[in-house]
Amino acid sequence: MSVSQEEQRSGVYQAHFRVWRGDEHAGDLADFTVEVHEGEVVLDIVHRLQATQAPDLAVRWNCKAGKCGSCSAEINGRPRLMCMTRMSVFDRTETITITPMRAFPVVRDLVTDVSFNYAKAREIPAFVPPAELAPGEYRMQQEDVGRSQEFRKCIECFLCQDTCHVVRDHEENKAAFAGPRFLMRIAELDMHPLDAAPDSGIDRKATAQDEHGLGYCNITKCCTEVCPEHIKITDNALIPLKERAADRKYDPLVWLGNKIRRRGE
Amino acid sequence: MAHVDRQAWDVVVVGAGGAGLRAAIEAREAGMRTAVICKSLFGKAHTVMAEGGIAASMGNANEHDNWQVHFRDTMRGGKFLNHWRMAELHAREAPDRVWELETWGALFDRTADGRISQRNFGGHEYPRLAHVGDRTGLELIRTLQQKIVALQQEDEGELGAYDARLKVFQECTVTRVLKDGDRVSGAFCYERESGRFFVLEAPAVVLATGGIGKSFKVTSNSWEYTGDGHALALLAGAPLINMEFVQFHPTGMVWPPSVKGILVTESVRGDGGVLRNSDGKRFMFDYIPDVFKEKYAETEEEGDGWYEDPERHRRPPELLPRDEVARAINAEVKAGRGSPHGGVYLDVSTRMPAEVITRRLPSMHHQFKELADVDITAEPMEVGPTCHYVMGGVEVDPDTAAATGVPGLFAAGEVAGGMHGSNRLGGNSLSDLLVFGRRAGLHAAEYAASLDRRPAVDPVQIDAAEAEALRPFSAEDAGQDAGHETGPAENPYTLHQELQQAMNDLVGIIRKESEMFEALKRLAELRVRARRAGVEGHRQYNPGWHLSLDLRNMLLVSECVARAALEREESRGGHTRDDHPAMDRGWRNINLVCEVAHPQGEARTADPALGQIRLSRRETPPIRRDLLELFEKDELAKYLTDEELSR
Amino acid sequence: MATGTEPSSHTGATGVHTASRAAIPARHLRTDRWWLAPACTAAGLLAFIVYSTWRAFANADYYHAPYVSPFYSPCLAENCHTMRGGPNWEIFGSWWGLSPALLILIFPLGFRLTCYYYRKAYYRGFWASPPACAVAEPHKKYTGETRFPLILQNIHRYFFYFAVLVAGVLTYDTALTFRDEHYAWGHMGLGTLIFLVNIVLIWAYTVSCHSCRHIVGGRLKHFSKHPVRYRLWGWIGKLNERHMLLAWSSLVSVAVADFYVFLLASGAFPDPRFF
Repeated sequence: MSVSQEEQRSGVYQAHFRVWRGDEHAGDLADFTVEVHEGEVVLDIVHRLQATQAPDLAVRWNCKAGKCGSCSAEINGRPRLMCMTRMSVFDRTETITITPMRAFPVVRDLVTDVSFNYAKAREIPAFVPPAELAPGEYRMQQEDVGRSQEFRKCIECFLCQDTCHVVRDHEENKAAFAGPRFLMRIAELDMHPLDAAPDSGIDRKATAQDEHGLGYCNITKCCTEVCPEHIKITDNALIPLKERAADRKYDPLVWLGNKIRRRGE
Repeated sequence: MAHVDRQAWDVVVVGAGGAGLRAAIEAREAGMRTAVICKSLFGKAHTVMAEGGIAASMGNANEHDNWQVHFRDTMRGGKFLNHWRMAELHAREAPDRVWELETWGALFDRTADGRISQRNFGGHEYPRLAHVGDRTGLELIRTLQQKIVALQQEDEGELGAYDARLKVFQECTVTRVLKDGDRVSGAFCYERESGRFFVLEAPAVVLATGGIGKSFKVTSNSWEYTGDGHALALLAGAPLINMEFVQFHPTGMVWPPSVKGILVTESVRGDGGVLRNSDGKRFMFDYIPDVFKEKYAETEEEGDGWYEDPERHRRPPELLPRDEVARAINAEVKAGRGSPHGGVYLDVSTRMPAEVITRRLPSMHHQFKELADVDITAEPMEVGPTCHYVMGGVEVDPDTAAATGVPGLFAAGEVAGGMHGSNRLGGNSLSDLLVFGRRAGLHAAEYAASLDRRPAVDPVQIDAAEAEALRPFSAEDAGQDAGHETGPAENPYTLHQELQQAMNDLVGIIRKESEMFEALKRLAELRVRARRAGVEGHRQYNPGWHLSLDLRNMLLVSECVARAALEREESRGGHTRDDHPAMDRGWRNINLVCEVAHPQGEARTADPALGQIRLSRRETPPIRRDLLELFEKDELAKYLTDEELSR
Repeated sequence: MATGTEPSSHTGATGVHTASRAAIPARHLRTDRWWLAPACTAAGLLAFIVYSTWRAFANADYYHAPYVSPFYSPCLAENCHTMRGGPNWEIFGSWWGLSPALLILIFPLGFRLTCYYYRKAYYRGFWASPPACAVAEPHKKYTGETRFPLILQNIHRYFFYFAVLVAGVLTYDTALTFRDEHYAWGHMGLGTLIFLVNIVLIWAYTVSCHSCRHIVGGRLKHFSKHPVRYRLWGWIGKLNERHMLLAWSSLVSVAVADFYVFLLASGAFPDPRFF
């Protein structure tokens, strides 16, 4: 039996990879030829590279099951989780290119500095518990928590932040724009049935527009396309949030209605 | 000399999983300046992998549930080896800890009347697990993370800086706990990104580092689970207990090889999934042990009836505690009735409509679809045991979570031992994290506040820690200057793989005396070779270096497991001896205690056979009378010796 | 890395070539045919624009009893073709000399122009902002929908209200197609069928609008207190998932309906009658 027949039978083959290696000063795509076994994902190949050819290849990963959102990178130019990208989706002769996420500063090799996201997370006012309810007294219906639960599936892989052209292509927008993940967080809190933010003077709808850059979003849906959790970020979070902001700021009827109601109270 | 950065904090929490974050919240709320240090990014901790739920006897799904019933289930699950006081505190406080999460923004699945929904799980008498689909761990970690951010926002408003009183050092690792005399004085750390060393000076250190699964080949654990906290405690002079008890989760994925070990949640069985062998037989009915005979169904009809009408049916044996199910699967595969890839079949597709499966088990559906190309709504899953959890850990005071013998050292969560006895029930880990995380944070804060003088950090210890951490970079020279270490530099990845293989094969789910001797021998060899583990490149984000440092911890902990497993000549919970298959009442109140053999300095061993670990036996305190009275006499007689019963 | 690190600011090269980011000369590394989708979108939209501009300015061949082209309905000027029982109301009187289509097309045009799906389509297809995911856009500056004129996209809901009215008129038109060329009721031709398909698609597209979904239920905080609106919201959500499909199919169907009327009116062939 020839080598290639042997490979065919066992499902083992040699694949060509180009992996970006470098740091914030310089870097380049390095070529590797590496063994691939049946059923493997891209992260397995990166681990094999570490174990056999490049022990200091920097990569961030944790659970290897698509649950922690650590191994975000760009594979053939598309933002993806390495642990959820199966080798079987590629042609065996194809050269597979892996680079770090390109919207964030690079630290080393496939690792990027994602502190932008943590800084943005802090700017969004936290859940405000209703003052009148003690722990254990919360009553919420399933249909009322469903929307926010979808958003809480987020594993914070930051692929949506990476792919969003608002910051990916315009570094200068990072200051003004929270990004899809954190606009979705605002939507989550605004749809939380017991969030008492209005009682403490926080208008999440208006601040989404005024302080977190909702208007920068031009709903081109790349965030939804790359989401490994298949959260409908655009349709279920960003657009509803835009509509809620429109309620507050661009809808004279709602404005008038609120005015009258407030006077009535 | 110590030129490393030094920062002063009141409480340092090592680990940012459920226990670490809960401890940090409590310490900060008690007014202490608190630092959290974690190996991964903030919010990525292994807790996110927990799927099923948080066990708490809120009684939302069945009003008969209360803390006493939960306590009873926990003790039975742990085969009465649990520290009864921990099990008691856990059962009493769990509901408060869950309700508290709601006030921080958690959104659990709901009952029809708007309360927190609770689901069935193995070993729990009533539906008890608060859950969010099958991603409860993620909800827990995110809620705690967001609570920390909320506290930081408060501090920003009050003091002008988010980090003023609560700071997360992410992607940093602690390699040594520093001491002033016998007291904790701080932690020596490195930052992964830069490779820079720094010292956090603090009178109180809370270990919340999780488990040791990465010492085994087939495991559901992530790379972080290298037993860091276990090793830090040992090296700081604190003993570990119950290290022989390692839980193999019965249902891990077995195919494809790259995902082997990844967890398949117990909720699959809790919600109606059944186990079948290659003959299509529901084999669990053949594996109900005597101690559980009265509690479990004997026929399929009876078991199936339980899902709808638990009052008049006994539960199906698929929901036996994890150790029983794992052993049963192991036995079926060994008897040649396994699936093509060496597991058994776990089937929900014939038990529930597809729509119900995708709603109740969304991440399982997703995981099998994406990773194995299996549609669980149409075909069965292939599953087999995977190393999941270590019951053993740092010996702690039940009420304060303080480690034995080292003032200022605390431990909570998986790294602490005692709570779960010989086997942990599903759902009890998330509640454990919250209950004892809070207690550890509270008592660490109280301890730190009670001192009139902060312990001093010893520069000699800093230098020693630095030298130890840098050794992998000069491994190839080591042969020249140290006479007994000759040979080429070793690849840390190879060493790690050999360690995992040895532990998996020789100290795995079924254990034999001869194999464990062999394991100790191999561990000794690996230990010698690990001293030559060398790395290429520089200190900036270098995974080879990080692994070399983690090897020390894995080797220490693995030796504890092997030595304790060799010593305990009975089978109980997560420890199964082929040569001693029965549970022995005489062993019930014996804890095996591991300590480092050479507490001074690092553990150098000229004679590998001696090892680094000294093992001793300790009798556990008798169970309080009112707690014993929660059980029937007959049941107690299965676990307790006649002498204990007559007391 | 402590979480305290602030996002850094940079000068010089921008976007994916910002100094701190991984040094990769290529603007993107995608190997698939990422340009296909925006190219098809642009081609499709362009074709419709060319066609509809011609038809809107033509001011001819838009009525053939009993069918009125959806481009010219309602017809609001005096210069409209007389349609018996049809939607010609001379609101604009005699001073309007241009095509009456221009008066009414503003509303469906505005509805579709501010539609959340079409926005994505033309931002990607025409403006390349971005051309595809993770493909660098060519623009130096980007302010999105934060300032004039794009901030006006926020008035989508008003166009939705008008679109409901227009869809109402088109429904009326469709009812009128159950007449024959002599205005006798109870007949049906091929045109009737085309109009029926068109009006179903128009309604489906209009109702599946994101603003509609918001107004019907999305703006509520507690669904459990509004069970009827919750159910409606659920249905609209299902339709909304197909908003793109409906946007395209209704665009095609409205053009087909118009073209069919054009063919009849210009005498290409007579309307095949069923009964």
